[in-house]
Amino acid sequence: MSPPVLQVEGLVVRMRTEGGVAEILDDVAITVPRGGTVGVVGESGCGKSTLLRAILGILPKGAETPRGSILFEGRDILADHAESARGRIGFVPQDPYLSLNPVFRAGDQILEIMRRHAPGSRADHRRRILDLFRAVQLPDPEAALRKFPHQFSGGQRQRLLIAAALACDPALVVADEPTTALDVTTQREILALLRGLVVERGLSLLFVTHDFGVLASVCAEVTVLYAGRVAENGPTRAVLDTPQHPYTRMLLACHPDRATDLTGIPGTVPAATAQPSGCRFHPRCPIIRSGCPVEPPPLEALPGGRAVACPWHADAIPEAVHG
Amino acid sequence: MTALRHLLRDPVAALGLLIVILAVVIAIFAPWIAPYPEDAFESHLMQRLRPPSVDFPFGTDNLGRDILSRVILGTRNALLVAVAVVVAAMAIGVPIGLAAGWKEGWLSETLMRVTDVFLAVPQLILALALGQLVAPGIGAAMVALALTYWPFFARTVYAETRRLRSALFVDALAGIGASPTRILFLHVLPNAAPAVLVRATIGMGFTILTAAILGFLGVGAAPPSPDWGLAVSEARQHLPEAWWFPTFPGLAILLLVLGFNLLGDGLRDAADPRLRRSRR
Amino acid sequence: MALYVLRRLLLALPALFGLVILTFVLSRVVPGDPAATLAGDAATPAQLAEIRAQYGLDRPIMEQAVIHVRQVLTGDFGRSIFSGRPVTEEIAQRLPATLELTFAALLLAVLLGVPLGLVAALNHNGPVDHLVRLLSVGGLAIASFWLAIMLQLVFSMDLDVLPLRGRVDVAIGLPPRVTGFLLVDSLVAGRLDMFGDALRHLALPAITLSLPGLATIARFTRSGVLETLQKDFVLYARAAGYGRVRLAAIYVLRNAVTLVVTQVGLLFGALISGAVAVEAIFDWPGLGTYAVQAILSSDYKALLAVTLVVGVVYAVVNVLVDVAQALIDPRVAEDAG
Repeated sequence: MSPPVLQVEGLVVRMRTEGGVAEILDDVAITVPRGGTVGVVGESGCGKSTLLRAILGILPKGAETPRGSILFEGRDILADHAESARGRIGFVPQDPYLSLNPVFRAGDQILEIMRRHAPGSRADHRRRILDLFRAVQLPDPEAALRKFPHQFSGGQRQRLLIAAALACDPALVVADEPTTALDVTTQREILALLRGLVVERGLSLLFVTHDFGVLASVCAEVTVLYAGRVAENGPTRAVLDTPQHPYTRMLLACHPDRATDLTGIPGTVPAATAQPSGCRFHPRCPIIRSGCPVEPPPLEALPGGRAVACPWHADAIPEAVHG
Repeated sequence: MTALRHLLRDPVAALGLLIVILAVVIAIFAPWIAPYPEDAFESHLMQRLRPPSVDFPFGTDNLGRDILSRVILGTRNALLVAVAVVVAAMAIGVPIGLAAGWKEGWLSETLMRVTDVFLAVPQLILALALGQLVAPGIGAAMVALALTYWPFFARTVYAETRRLRSALFVDALAGIGASPTRILFLHVLPNAAPAVLVRATIGMGFTILTAAILGFLGVGAAPPSPDWGLAVSEARQHLPEAWWFPTFPGLAILLLVLGFNLLGDGLRDAADPRLRRSRR
Repeated sequence: MALYVLRRLLLALPALFGLVILTFVLSRVVPGDPAATLAGDAATPAQLAEIRAQYGLDRPIMEQAVIHVRQVLTGDFGRSIFSGRPVTEEIAQRLPATLELTFAALLLAVLLGVPLGLVAALNHNGPVDHLVRLLSVGGLAIASFWLAIMLQLVFSMDLDVLPLRGRVDVAIGLPPRVTGFLLVDSLVAGRLDMFGDALRHLALPAITLSLPGLATIARFTRSGVLETLQKDFVLYARAAGYGRVRLAAIYVLRNAVTLVVTQVGLLFGALISGAVAVEAIFDWPGLGTYAVQAILSSDYKALLAVTLVVGVVYAVVNVLVDVAQALIDPRVAEDAG
């Protein structure tokens, strides 16, 4: 078995804010096998964007030096802000409207990335982009090279960014909710496109989303984050069918599609500057025990390649909470 | 009040405020602060063009007058001219901006076109022309400066009024039957006040500078007024020997204008929460 | 694009027309009786009437306005009361000197201001940033006439390395007039000594005049870059692997510059105003000295012409600015239709 493309271990990211030091990620581990598709799911504020930014080496200015390790193709890229991995990690951002510079031609923006990170001449690069434009089904690839970002529709722009992510033949593609800014129809098209590319090209994919439906259609494995920690992980089907962590269970019970909010669950997501002690979910947990606020529960391995950070995961949740 | 606290926390703006307050104090108590207050008018030909010394820290000018005293006495003139001009420009510009911003139509169009025309004329030339054509002197210069600065107030108030017109509370007021005049002066104007205040502060600096240029060119203050611009102009014939003669009045202009500009900058940041955030 | 330029030109027309009317009003209403000004204090009533007839001042005011507009449109500003020569001719002779000075100042301001603003923004809240902030506020607070005198004091009188005043050294002389721009004409004539001389004379006035522009441009570049750095596409470009230098100097700067270009248009008015004082101090034979001379001798024809010409230059520059903006940011022209 070949080593994983990406292996994140014990990642801790802290941010200096006006309200104090916020612990955005605590002891997060995630592995993307070669050719694997892994989803990261959680509500907004759970730290999934920060995880992506740490992997891409673009943490915001207020971040303290992160601890832990991010092994990409066997090398730790945490220390050099992923500089050594540029071009080898393709990035599909969340918002296609805002992610391209409006005053440069789209083609030039991709060519600039290739000039630095892809072998070959400018003519080679052009040929490769045109191939990719066809692969992402962008109409009239030649004309698309010369257009400015605002001359594309939202869906076309996302296709463009997917092509850009693949431009340097990356070992890993990282996608940050690439469909949230799009309408439902376009969303479906883009997902179908991504699925197709993953299969055809054997891509390794790390996919961040708050949408279980999207997750199930793209990712073979999933990691659920809550308040900066891994709640549970495992094969997507298994986790969605038989969730183990009380958080995932309640989430799927009240919102089978989206992890957008927890309106069915009492309490609120804790502020990053004031995380609860012990298990961070304990103030809202229906099956809380006396030990929960004391010791953070370790990630416990389960059969079937799964793991869960709750020693009481086998207990039933009282019916009343689900109102 | 939060705006004031924010202002004081910003060292650059606080410096501006300090300079302005200092200048106002100096202007008010000028005759008592100046070592030789009578030097506003008296000349002492025996002690012409003395370099800076203990007796005359800034030296003396071509008529033997103490330059320090004249710089101190000149503060009052500079501030008075600037306040008068800015107030007059506001008196013209604010109502025009309100009227033009309140309702769209031919009146609004005409007012803003006229404003544009005034903005297209170089202020200094218009001020020079007006000042000279009416009657040279500090009065004409002030009228001219006010006539060239009002469009900035009109522009500012126009933009604010347009923005506020669509605000919900204005609709609500109109709904309960408040008259447009009442809404404009009691509700829209107070909300536009921060923008007007910022504009006025920057206008003070601008006016002091332009008034000094007019004085320098001989169409503003007339001798023996202790005007700073005039002093620099008088000093030109005594260069390079009397380097102190133009230096100190010029530094006074620089410092006072700097004070107003720094304060205006700080006020702008304090008045605009969006900018306040991006500053860090 | 061509359509956009045309539209912008048409939009500038009403303002220019307003300017023509304004100058007319200024010349006929404000000064009281121009004939009295023209004739001088000692004029007899008969002389006054004669002057009125000569200048058309005895006709109805609306007719005078129409004549004024017609004259202006044909470029006929009459004769200078001061020199007796046609005003149009005098202005044509002096305009290049002022344009050369203002363009040089503008060039200096852009070439120094943009890098300063960029470096300041990239070192946000660092020592360089504070220095540039101070410079950008201080640059607007310095009285140009005072700075000019201080520079003369140091470089011309004390160190004696740059000329005190004027545009040329009499001993070296003028190149044959082609454009009126000495830097261009001397090169056309192949006279490097004249080019150097013109440059030396240009140095102090251009530096003086450039300072407020430099301050403004540095300041807007700084805030523009800071704003752009917040954008998602910068984050994306960093993640995608743009080089640091290229990201800052080209990718971000081009967006920031759209803000700066607008300022250049507004600045031009300030530059022309500043030129009046700066020209007076350096004896620069341009429109500024012409305007001051016209004012001091109550030569209202000359003054109106200067005001109008400057207004036209200002309008043209602002059209150019809009066009430049459309070239930098492709969305501008399309939004305008």
